[in-house]
Amino acid sequence: MTLDVYVSIFMTVVIAATPILIAALGELVVEKSGVLNLGVEGMMLCGAVAGFSIATTTGATSGGYLAGAAAGAALSMVFALLVLSLSANQVATGLALTIFGTGVSSLTGRPFVGKTVQRLGPLFPHPLSDHPLLRALFGYDAIVYLSLVLTVAVAWFLAASRPGLVLRAVGEGDAAAHAIGHPVIRVRYAAIAFGGALAGLAGAYYSLAVTPMWADRLTAGRGWIALALVVFAAWRPWRLLAGAYLFGAVMTLELQSKAAGVGFVPPEFLAMLPYLATVVVLTLIALRGAGGQRAPACLGKAFRAGG
Amino acid sequence: MEGIGSAPGETAPRLELRHVGKSFPGVRANDDVSFAVAPGEIHALLGENGAGKSTLMKIVYGVQRADEGAILWEGRSVDITSPKAARKLGIGMVFQHFSLFDALTVYENIAVGMDDPMPRRALEARIEEVLSTYGLPLDITREVHTLSVGERQRIEIVRCLMQQPRLLIMDEPTSVLTPQEVEKLFTTLRQLSAEGVSILYISHKLHEIKALCHSATILRGGRVVGTCDPRVETAKSMAEMMIGGELRTAERRGKAAGGEERLIVEGLSVPGTPPFGIELKAVSFTVHAGEVFGIAGVAGNGQNELTRALAGEVVAPRAEMIRLARRPIGHQGPGERRRAGLCVVPEERNGHAAVPEFTLAENTMLTARYRRPLTRGGFMRLAATRAFAEDVIRRFDVRTTGPEALARSLSGGNLQKFIVGREMLQTPDVLVVSQPTWGVDAGAASAIHQALLDLAANGAAIVVISQDLDELLALASRLVVMNDGRLSQALDVAGVSVKDIGLLMGGVHGGDAPVHPHEVTHAV
Repeated sequence: MTLDVYVSIFMTVVIAATPILIAALGELVVEKSGVLNLGVEGMMLCGAVAGFSIATTTGATSGGYLAGAAAGAALSMVFALLVLSLSANQVATGLALTIFGTGVSSLTGRPFVGKTVQRLGPLFPHPLSDHPLLRALFGYDAIVYLSLVLTVAVAWFLAASRPGLVLRAVGEGDAAAHAIGHPVIRVRYAAIAFGGALAGLAGAYYSLAVTPMWADRLTAGRGWIALALVVFAAWRPWRLLAGAYLFGAVMTLELQSKAAGVGFVPPEFLAMLPYLATVVVLTLIALRGAGGQRAPACLGKAFRAGG
Repeated sequence: MEGIGSAPGETAPRLELRHVGKSFPGVRANDDVSFAVAPGEIHALLGENGAGKSTLMKIVYGVQRADEGAILWEGRSVDITSPKAARKLGIGMVFQHFSLFDALTVYENIAVGMDDPMPRRALEARIEEVLSTYGLPLDITREVHTLSVGERQRIEIVRCLMQQPRLLIMDEPTSVLTPQEVEKLFTTLRQLSAEGVSILYISHKLHEIKALCHSATILRGGRVVGTCDPRVETAKSMAEMMIGGELRTAERRGKAAGGEERLIVEGLSVPGTPPFGIELKAVSFTVHAGEVFGIAGVAGNGQNELTRALAGEVVAPRAEMIRLARRPIGHQGPGERRRAGLCVVPEERNGHAAVPEFTLAENTMLTARYRRPLTRGGFMRLAATRAFAEDVIRRFDVRTTGPEALARSLSGGNLQKFIVGREMLQTPDVLVVSQPTWGVDAGAASAIHQALLDLAANGAAIVVISQDLDELLALASRLVVMNDGRLSQALDVAGVSVKDIGLLMGGVHGGDAPVHPHEVTHAV
């Protein structure tokens, strides 16, 4: 009985962590290429509404995820066009993207408020996914496992693959990469598109799995947490994984203690926990020494060839 | 055809430029430049800062496109659209700036420059092979930001040799090497030349060009003003062709040595910043008023740490370890030390000595406000600051549009003149200068040298930290060699040979043991 409760809580943590992990992985790749895209929240909302609308109209939930990723990528291309081809300020453009995405998702999502959607079933077959204990490992939908595969893939891509090396080089020294002959702008376009697609996918996970429904501002600032998580993880995919689950745990703790009615702790304090955790962990990392905390050297700077 | 000084045989030149021109807004960088490099020829490009050498090299390497003219590669007209295209033809370039990634390891820096990716194992083996063949000690697992300037340059050279180029462009390759290392590099270059590799060689060190190059093209103001055979010219005659006038060599006016003790460093020990900083081990020396004191050594032996400790960026464990005349200043920060009379010119110009995104006037404010009345009641005195910056620009012949120019818009040599001038015009009692003329052309270098000697003649004590031995021998009356955070005995410049200093640089104290390449490895 109590074991069952613990397993349930564990699974809630995983579900809460998954979209944050996916969005943050995308942003990590974008930042490694030297671009700061503050529009994660906006892209997530667009992904959420696009995914939900496609899933409800076609009835295909997996099609909804694809649509969510596509919507995120499409919106990110607007950002890329502005900051890469027109050298607009990345911070301002990113903020505008979030505001724009919030508005667009509200507008296009209006007809879908109140509708429901079929969740994706567990990836693994019946005896495993229902087992009272093993469901903690095998009881999730495909997106959860995809997020783990993506973590491994991004870590490997950045650390060991040649395109990943080029991407890091572009983020560390755009002028030098250009001088060697790497296409800085094209690399960054690709990174932004990847980041946008993952943000859209993460958003779709909220509307198609976590809630699952559409409501205005459904993601409730999780895009910002994903952004913070990238810094928090010092631009390392494995730390990102740990960080996302930590945040998932703190958010679940907040919900669970509200539900359990811990009367003497005000709910506002519980809502504060994820942010408090950020401050605590950042402090701990800082105390442990400055090793490996360097942001990509060109983060947020516009690049002009021959300039 | 001009420029083929010693082309062996009748074959077409490896590279030929015909009437190449290039303009930037407001500047004519190259105008009607023509020259040719034969297979196996080592061809020098000579010119002052801003003569158009760098632009020309960027055109050959495909970083920039020429506005007019033609480039012929082995007799065929080619259009070099990108560095990749250049490498495909067989052109390799050792850059002076801007092509390394600080946060990546040496291995990654080399791998990212390879056009034909190969598996990590194979690439590592190939790198080690190039390193040992050409005697370039490097730890390929270290991150670049932990390396000295000299070590960084080695990465550039290795990166280039990995491509097995048929034309090698080298921009100031020897500026941070010991005489022995230079000799080793020259052996490599001569070997490459004998194998038929052409080399385009840019350097300000004219005696090196004389020792190495077969022919030279001289540029001034973006135009070819002459060609010569460096083997029959003198360094002085080439310098004069470069600047189009007579070269004044720096001379000491009167000898003020034996003055009072100005800067006393005693038992200065500072732990190195982890993971790769060099620990300063009981560094002691004394500099007198009117004296130029030289500190020689291969890059990365603690010179940066010493400069920082003297500047006050890192405070000494005990205040008495650094004394200005009689005052202990070891616990003071940079501002207080400046006020007390100690000014410092660090090695990196952009980002350390100057803020690249600030104007020259703002950059003078940063250090000169301690000794010059540039602020009042917490406010900046803009007119006074501007006037001071203008004074520096005029007296040190800084080529710029004025005090409102951004520091990063200046060429390396010009910014160096500005920074040295900024510190000198504060009339310090003690001036510490690190690499005063790195990347600065002969004319400007001699002007900086003269200014340093004049400052000493007026009674200041000057410490010059440099890897350029010729510079130290020309300026200093006494010098020490720094190796692994320790200083050697002070040597009198009058009675010392370059060979002895070279041995000390390699870590051989006493001068009786032979230098093993491995000891050099440890020294860097």
